[in-house]
Amino acid sequence: MIVRRAFTRWLVALAVLHGIVVCAGFFAPYDPVEQDRKNPYLPPMRLHLADAHGHLHARAFVYSLKLREGSFDQYEEDTTEPHPVKFFLRGARYRLLGFLPCQMRLFGVENARIYLLGTDAYGRDQLSRLLFGGQVSLLAGLLGAGITLLIGLSVGSVAGYFGGWRDSLLMRVAELFLALPWLYLLFALRAFLPLAVGPLKAFFLIIAVIGAVGWARPARLVRGVVLSAKERDFVRAARGFGATNRYLLRRHILPQTSSVLLTQAAILIPQYVLAEMTLSFLGLGVPEPVPSWGNLLSSLQQYSVLVSYWWMYLPTVVMVPFFLGYLGLASSLQERGETYKIEGRSVGSLT
Amino acid sequence: MRTARANFHCRSILSGLLLFLLALLGHRAPAFPPQKSTKEELLVLPGEAGRSGGRLVVSLRGEPKTLNPLIAADARSREVIGVMQADLVHINRATQLTEPALAKSWKISPDGLTYTLVLRQGLKFSDGQPLNADDVLFTFRVYLDENVHASQRDLLIVGGKPIAVRKVDAHTVVFQLVKTYGVGERLFDGLAILPRHLLEKPYQEGKLGQIGSLATAADQWAGLGPFRVKEYVAGQRLVLERNPYYWKSDAKGNRLPYLDELVFLFVPNADAQVLKFQSGETDVISQLGAENFSVLSRQQRGYTMVDAGPGLEYNFLFFNLNDAGDKTSPEMQWKQRWFREVKFRQAVSAAVDREAIVRLVYQGRGSAIWGLVAPGNRRWGNERLAHPARSLERARTLLKEAGFSWSNGPNGESTLLDSSGKPVEFSILTSSSNADRAKMAALIQDDLKQLGMRVQVVPLEFRSLLDRVTQSKEYDACVMGIASFDADPNTDINVWLSSGGTHLWNPSQAHPATPWEAEIDRLFEEQMSARTFEQRKKLFDRAQEVLAENQPMIFLASPNILAGAKNSIGNFQPAVLEPYVLWNVEQLYLKMGTENATR
Repeated sequence: MIVRRAFTRWLVALAVLHGIVVCAGFFAPYDPVEQDRKNPYLPPMRLHLADAHGHLHARAFVYSLKLREGSFDQYEEDTTEPHPVKFFLRGARYRLLGFLPCQMRLFGVENARIYLLGTDAYGRDQLSRLLFGGQVSLLAGLLGAGITLLIGLSVGSVAGYFGGWRDSLLMRVAELFLALPWLYLLFALRAFLPLAVGPLKAFFLIIAVIGAVGWARPARLVRGVVLSAKERDFVRAARGFGATNRYLLRRHILPQTSSVLLTQAAILIPQYVLAEMTLSFLGLGVPEPVPSWGNLLSSLQQYSVLVSYWWMYLPTVVMVPFFLGYLGLASSLQERGETYKIEGRSVGSLT
Repeated sequence: MRTARANFHCRSILSGLLLFLLALLGHRAPAFPPQKSTKEELLVLPGEAGRSGGRLVVSLRGEPKTLNPLIAADARSREVIGVMQADLVHINRATQLTEPALAKSWKISPDGLTYTLVLRQGLKFSDGQPLNADDVLFTFRVYLDENVHASQRDLLIVGGKPIAVRKVDAHTVVFQLVKTYGVGERLFDGLAILPRHLLEKPYQEGKLGQIGSLATAADQWAGLGPFRVKEYVAGQRLVLERNPYYWKSDAKGNRLPYLDELVFLFVPNADAQVLKFQSGETDVISQLGAENFSVLSRQQRGYTMVDAGPGLEYNFLFFNLNDAGDKTSPEMQWKQRWFREVKFRQAVSAAVDREAIVRLVYQGRGSAIWGLVAPGNRRWGNERLAHPARSLERARTLLKEAGFSWSNGPNGESTLLDSSGKPVEFSILTSSSNADRAKMAALIQDDLKQLGMRVQVVPLEFRSLLDRVTQSKEYDACVMGIASFDADPNTDINVWLSSGGTHLWNPSQAHPATPWEAEIDRLFEEQMSARTFEQRKKLFDRAQEVLAENQPMIFLASPNILAGAKNSIGNFQPAVLEPYVLWNVEQLYLKMGTENATR
């Protein structure tokens, strides 16, 4: 019972986090590619309740930032006019969930701009980029994991169920894939592709590549489960009654792999989000100006950014709850799997 | 002849012995050659007199390829060679004017075809061998020899014929041209005079291209520059020591250079250079990006950062205007139809926000440019050239005139369509190792989005980028930069002549592809042989106007030259010409009481 409660808790937390990212247009104050060229590398604005004269305000407000005299990148607060934070404002147009035309934004300020997480080199709002970037990175992780599990399931079940030369062949190929240095493979693959790849194309390419590379481990796990399941008494009985391979696989064997697959999914998704980030960080992912978590971090390759603008690190902090959520989900899934385990044999592991 | 050679041998043995003695004494001994020839004609430099001794450490982005001036192509090799070699006439990096170097004087005949140069008397190479006219003759024979493939050869072909060199006496050399050469004596800058006694044998054996590696033994290499080889540690550093025979002295009569040692550390990239400088391992730093400059300025600890002002680097965007004939892909043919349209290029130029580039890329430490003459060039800019402010309206008008139109998408974004209804889409290449240019491209991408153009920025490793631009010609547009090494317009003549190998938008044409390229060719050739500065300036001004009108290159911005040095370094005066910091290396010194600080 406790396991189930933990499981539900993680699931709800993840659903909320994903909901925010999916509805990025609503939660983000600005368009993620909009450049505010007057305000590059603006530090995060502070929310105030008391103004410079010591008066308390009912509504939280921000001050605009202006360049400090004689400096090119040091800002200070312009305390002449407070800009109260308003909720449910009409902002720039966007499409909710990709199709619903919308103008409502959760929060914003009037006659000024609000940057709660600062801006990047082009004056783009980091908060908006973070939220929209999550769409790319998380979707890449989800779809990539989907592809991997699909391949892993088919290869694993064929190898485990039919055995013989098919098993040997598929498992040797799987071992080959496990041994591949996939980062270099991706570099090589990128070199063969046309020079300019559009953002959408690049996105699907990344998903395909990430998804196709990691199938070997789930395939081996599925094979193990299938191997043990096909020798179980009720499966033998069904076979004795004349059930076909297809029926056996669909009805009796594949359902048993579900807990392995779910656990694997919970492990693979954050892994693949990281993979997408690695690729984008190295400039092999979704091209600028489209945000993704890896793109957001790629400016940290420069020493000057590393030591000057601490808010450029913030994306790393925001990723923590996502990864924590998935890992929590994976471990509770595994525990749940173990309580349902019939023969006390462990399936799926957190490696 | 025989006696002369015998004398020569005697002397070399003598100086060899002396060197040996010096080595025995160790380098603490005063490094001046003990016998001071009265005939020696030193060049006396004005300015603050320094203090002898000490060591200066500089970092280089990677290892230089060679010490051999004949084959040096990379900037690092040139920087190292620059402090080991000397030229006949030198361009002062601060004043941008010529001044006597190995030649104490020169005379140009009234017809402008004969240059008579008189060498200083009593000069010696860094190994103690004397310099005379034969070395100069040998040097130019080597440079002009086709089999040597010296990069200097192109500079010495005037009017299609190589410059003829003749010796008058042991210290007088005559250069004979077939056509007047507008550059005048600037021509001699950077042409290192080579030691004949060391290079004649390899030259005759045809091995000149193979010698001069960094591992060359110190006694196998010599030059006329302020420093000479001491030690090389592969992958780490190159240590140079003071050339005791250097031919310059300060106003007080002390022989230069002041420094005993000059160390080049090899580091992988610009960020590593900054870290080394910050930690005090290196004494000076140059070629800084604006962001690194402000990091260093913020955390100043015992060093001074200097913004030397506008330099000679110009950055630009250009489109692929090559004509590959039938080999052009259909897609490329479409795109080139836009690129060839002058109004399209003018519209792009009008839409580019140059002020934003200066502010966001250079943090204000740079200047917007509208022509090829960077603001650091004091004499050659055309003041009449218009500097139109950014105007999307003008860009839209130009595009409309050229037959482009717009269609509105569902999200309110507009797409630019050409006359046949095809959306305008192209990619811009940038070098992945140059963060500044990648940023420029990203800004241009956003500027052009407002015109409805869909632009992709493609970062590529520099070598493959260059290969695409000059060899395979498979690209749409590209952001690049050129840093001229001299203010004279002839420096970059290969970029402007349609036959030039770096005529980037359409290199190495057999015949000029367009009338305006033909006009630029003509203007450049005329100014080459024009005699006076005013004549040349007039022709060059016109060339700038033609370029501004046709926009084969859309000029963007030029960065300031940013440098820094420890406070203990005296005479530190960064120039806006290469080598920005080491141009007066012979005058750099360590101030009193700071010698240990640099260890």
